[in-house]
Amino acid sequence: MHHTLVALVEDKPGVLNRVASLFRRRNFNIESLTVGRTAEPGISRMTIVIDSDQASAERVTAYLYKLVNVLQVEDLGAVPAVARDLALVKVAVAGHDRAALLRVVDETRAHIVDSGEQTMTLEITGEPPHVDSVISRLEPLGIIEMVRTGQVAMRRGDTALSAAQYS
Amino acid sequence: MGLPSGRLAIMPTRTGAQIIWECLVHEGVHTVFGYPGGAILPAYDAMLDYPVRHVLVRHEQGATHMADGFARAGGGVGVAVATSGPGATNMVTGIATAMMDSSPIVCITGQVPSKLIGYDAFQETDITGITLPITKHSYLVTRVEDIMPAMKEAFHLAKSGRPGPVLVDVTKDAQQASVDWKWDSSQVRLRGYRPDRPVMREALAKAADLIRNSRRPVILAGQGVIQSGATKELLALAERIDSPIAMTLLGLGGVPASHPLNLGMMGMHGEAWVNHAIQEADLLLAFGMRFDDRVTGNIKTYASHAKKIHVDIDPSEINKNVVADAAIVGDLRETLADFLELLEPADHAPWLAYIDSMKGDAAVRDIQKLPDTGHLYAAHVINDIWRITGGNAVVVTDVGQHQMWEAQYYHHETPRSLITSGGLGTMGFAVPAAIGAKIARPDAEVWAIVGDGGFQMTQAELATAAQEGVKINIAIINNGYLGMVRQWQEFFYERRYAATPLRSPDFAKIAEAHGLEGLRAEKRSEVAAVVERARAAEGTVLIDFRVEQEDSVYPMVPAGADLHAMIRRPERSVLAETGADPI
Repeated sequence: MHHTLVALVEDKPGVLNRVASLFRRRNFNIESLTVGRTAEPGISRMTIVIDSDQASAERVTAYLYKLVNVLQVEDLGAVPAVARDLALVKVAVAGHDRAALLRVVDETRAHIVDSGEQTMTLEITGEPPHVDSVISRLEPLGIIEMVRTGQVAMRRGDTALSAAQYS
Repeated sequence: MGLPSGRLAIMPTRTGAQIIWECLVHEGVHTVFGYPGGAILPAYDAMLDYPVRHVLVRHEQGATHMADGFARAGGGVGVAVATSGPGATNMVTGIATAMMDSSPIVCITGQVPSKLIGYDAFQETDITGITLPITKHSYLVTRVEDIMPAMKEAFHLAKSGRPGPVLVDVTKDAQQASVDWKWDSSQVRLRGYRPDRPVMREALAKAADLIRNSRRPVILAGQGVIQSGATKELLALAERIDSPIAMTLLGLGGVPASHPLNLGMMGMHGEAWVNHAIQEADLLLAFGMRFDDRVTGNIKTYASHAKKIHVDIDPSEINKNVVADAAIVGDLRETLADFLELLEPADHAPWLAYIDSMKGDAAVRDIQKLPDTGHLYAAHVINDIWRITGGNAVVVTDVGQHQMWEAQYYHHETPRSLITSGGLGTMGFAVPAAIGAKIARPDAEVWAIVGDGGFQMTQAELATAAQEGVKINIAIINNGYLGMVRQWQEFFYERRYAATPLRSPDFAKIAEAHGLEGLRAEKRSEVAAVVERARAAEGTVLIDFRVEQEDSVYPMVPAGADLHAMIRRPERSVLAETGADPI
């Protein structure tokens, strides 16, 4: 099963390498990993999706805490959370029914962000399964190029993850 | 330049190279083990002005093992120094050794000037990247003002919590640059590193209940007992709850071997009664150990009737190999003191008597009981060294058969009296680690016990011992084979001795070539005399013990087998006593 871990880390050189190296070293497969800034200066946030059971997710959490630059880790598999993924998909428009493509766009809340003579580029945002399903509908039309950001996630409700206590 | 007035007056200028030594001196370091080179030259030049002894090694692996032996014997932090590139990569084996055995060392490496990083400059290597998975933490320092914080944090990290190796890689330009500098005596605080933890009252109470309800408890004592200084508390608890104690290899010495509750070593080459006690226990109290596969055998059948209490300072060890029924993360000595407040005396005489009854079977198989046929067995050598040194020596072993015989036949009474590469199993560890141990404890009698294979891996450090005038005693258990591998080939590969016969130089002459005394013994009757002679000599003495070539370590739990499924030494010796040259 999939586990989504969120880690607050110090924004220092090599931290991404340390985290990635840990997953490789301990033989865990990363499905996606995103990293970006937070509202707190000097603190970055990673969202890491792994395919593992609960016990393994707990092991990974403990290993992450061993990294000196990791401040806090939360397993969002155990709590209600919002998750989003974004995909840009370049689809062929020549040689088939353009209306079929526009119907998919219309029905799936995808956005057309660019169009060329032979292709059209769509932006798809949503829960990862939603993005998966839109992509599967686009596949028969001919996907020329695709990129996904990987998942970002946040716990629902008023509880907030903050590095403030680690000042 | 807008500096606050007066600042220059109170803060003298220092180069980065000087700051490295200032920091070392402030951390209480009096000896470092190293090897100079281009990228670390500024630091070596500055060294001459500081009261620090530099031990010139012959290979940087030796420097890391010496720092490791120094740390394990003395309880402080060991320091190794090397240059960039090959100097740094030569440290990798020693760093990994220290990581696996939680040994606190700080490795300082020079790095090419920061402007050249990434350009494949001469002797450039990404040593922080290479050592990422085998260090507790590491620093690449490119600015002179970052040297002190990195050094302070390195020492703090190396020795606190679960100890381990820390690497500080300093670019040449950072060593050469100058800055206004003053020692910052404040406590290190790291946002993401909190080794101190609140007492886990709930888990303590649950564990205490498990102990009260146990009829067949066994304490599993690991290196954590030694590192947290918990010997007294552990014995008090064992006596209070009347529980026998089984030791891991790295735990030996944490509890006196002569204590009646001490069963001896567990695991692959543990005594049969120890492993049977673990398999039949109803409660395991794992204190500062990590259920290594060499300790558990087949994890699925390991102590399947027992509840498990696990106390360790590293949270990632909990539920890693064995699921705990009660787990406490924290300092072992403090946790044991907490237990002592909770627990009443108990009596497990029937259980102890049962375990005792299993010892008779082992006694008849003991190699010590074999009639003296004139052949020299490694067990004889080690047992005689134990007897003659009164069990008071610091013994540093290498890896292989002799290491296991040492664990079985040298009975350690005090913490930090056995230093061995347990986790990584690093051949070549013994001689350099023994040099480090002797420097940490100059008053101790230090013995390196090493195989003929492992000795030759770091034999060059004999020259270090000679140059530095370090007095150690080296016992080479010379059986003409890479013995443990040969044993596996005998047991599991139909005696097909692929690449294990070993023709060695005359070790006594090797010693003599270094200006050291070299001795040889081929019969049991010769052992005592050479051991006594080595002890009495002022300088390092090497003894070449020509032992039985195809002896094996018993008992043995084959890798991955059930812990109770041991291969036992036959009651009547069926050892091949050919004495023939294997080559």
